[in-house]
Amino acid sequence: MQVEAYAGEEMVLNMGPQHPSTHGVLRLELETDGEIVRKVIPHIGYLHRCFEKHAENIDYPGVIPFCDRMDYIASMNNSLGYALAVEKLMGLEVNERVKTLRVLMAELNRVASHLLSIGTYAMDIGSFTPFLHCFREREKVLDLFEWLCGARLLYNYNWVGGVSHDIPEGFEAKTREFVTQFEPVIAELDKLLSYNKIFLERTADVGIISEEQALSHNVTGPNLRGSGIGWDLRKEEPYCGYETYDFEVPVGLGEHGPLGSCWDRYYVRVREMEQSLGLIRQALERLPEGDVHEHIPRRVRPAKSEVYDRTETPRGELGYYLVSDGGLIPFRVKVKSPCFTVLSLLPAIAKGGMVADIIAIIGSIDIVMGEIDR
Amino acid sequence: MKQASEILQTLQEQFPDQILKSSQECLQPFVVVAPAAVAEICAFLKNDPGLAFDTLMCLSGVDYKGSKTEPERLEVVYHLFSMRDRHKMVLKVELPREDAALPTVETVWAIANWHEREVYDMYGIHFDGHSDLRRILCPDDWVDYPLRKDYVQPQTYRGMPAAAEKQFAERAQEGEDLGTDPYRAG
Repeated sequence: MQVEAYAGEEMVLNMGPQHPSTHGVLRLELETDGEIVRKVIPHIGYLHRCFEKHAENIDYPGVIPFCDRMDYIASMNNSLGYALAVEKLMGLEVNERVKTLRVLMAELNRVASHLLSIGTYAMDIGSFTPFLHCFREREKVLDLFEWLCGARLLYNYNWVGGVSHDIPEGFEAKTREFVTQFEPVIAELDKLLSYNKIFLERTADVGIISEEQALSHNVTGPNLRGSGIGWDLRKEEPYCGYETYDFEVPVGLGEHGPLGSCWDRYYVRVREMEQSLGLIRQALERLPEGDVHEHIPRRVRPAKSEVYDRTETPRGELGYYLVSDGGLIPFRVKVKSPCFTVLSLLPAIAKGGMVADIIAIIGSIDIVMGEIDR
Repeated sequence: MKQASEILQTLQEQFPDQILKSSQECLQPFVVVAPAAVAEICAFLKNDPGLAFDTLMCLSGVDYKGSKTEPERLEVVYHLFSMRDRHKMVLKVELPREDAALPTVETVWAIANWHEREVYDMYGIHFDGHSDLRRILCPDDWVDYPLRKDYVQPQTYRGMPAAAEKQFAERAQEGEDLGTDPYRAG
């Protein structure tokens, strides 16, 4: 790209903290040279709510609602990671129905999260219509969740040793209906957005993350797979019985422009939704009988030990490092957020691009500030 | 894929004096190393062709003040993973609570830059040689380190009240007349 032509006077530009396309309260300090960005300095912490300090002062089950509030777009996945980590700490096994329900909800939530990500991304780039389609569909998933546990965004659903509610009567049929109805919408989105010429021009040659950068910065999830690395924890270190499901891990292919571009990351998300629908179908088919409260302990009190456990959320690997001193309250809860690691790469990939590309890059790495600042 | 015992053996051969402690019995085996040698050991773990720890999964600080089971200290924990060979390892560094400092590993894994800033922000542990050791989550002029166990919340920040106000329930329990009780009012 001949960006030198746009060079001019140097200026420091403050983007944020309240910028509609930063997906939360993120402040970027841009050192610009005309239209070209010479340097990006991200300032985070505007949404810091002392999650880790809070967690050291409440009992183990009490932490779950706080986990929900970190990545509020994908709460089901957040609390799942925490519940699994505590179960590992206690050596607790849950029954098959709980495992299947957890997979079902995690995948429904993944679809909802990717829909939001794709919809807002399209809007950042300047295409308004896909946003409406995505939110219409996301609404249906949220309705299902509301029916399931009464909440639309922050579910407090995955408990230590079980889940809060069994599915209501008729839930399976409604979910099947949603899956059948939603499948053609993905194809519609492809037609509407994915191969749109303007969209391709804005994203296909922008924000390239190389393999080395991705590994060194511990980029995970769809962002890593967009760079062509087929790494998914659901395949590599299965939990909740993911090893018994049949699904594929979509990776970026570099069909339009270089591998690891914004478009590749976007398209991995689209393909992932298809896989999630398959997983939802399989989970519904096998749903075994059982009591979802069967293994919930009266008192959560792990022995003195520590564990680092990670799960695949829609945004990548979410890790919980738990230290127990044998009491009722966790001694230390550290969260490794996938958004945190990918945002640390932003200065490297945004350098030398145009100001408008910053918007395209931030949308494509799909960050949620609640999880970065905790 | 290598077992924890094999990795430990390689490390012990390479750095006989720097390995202070190790445990194989717990849920996830760990190795405690000398603070001054941590950068060197990490570089070895990443570059050794047999180990190839190419990712740093997590870098956390822990403050063991007030623990019922552990001696008082600060700890920095490195969770390493090799995406190539799929083995894991936990590396720990024990530090005194006063003037804690250790070398940075940001040149080994780039992500350590932000993780170390967070540990510095929350625990006040200095990473020698770090290129940009500033606070990351708290404001630059924040006093003290919030995740230390003996942290006291300030009453004000830049003249603004920072302490939490009492909840209505607490105030009612203390006997304050909130004027909302129809049987008590007037």
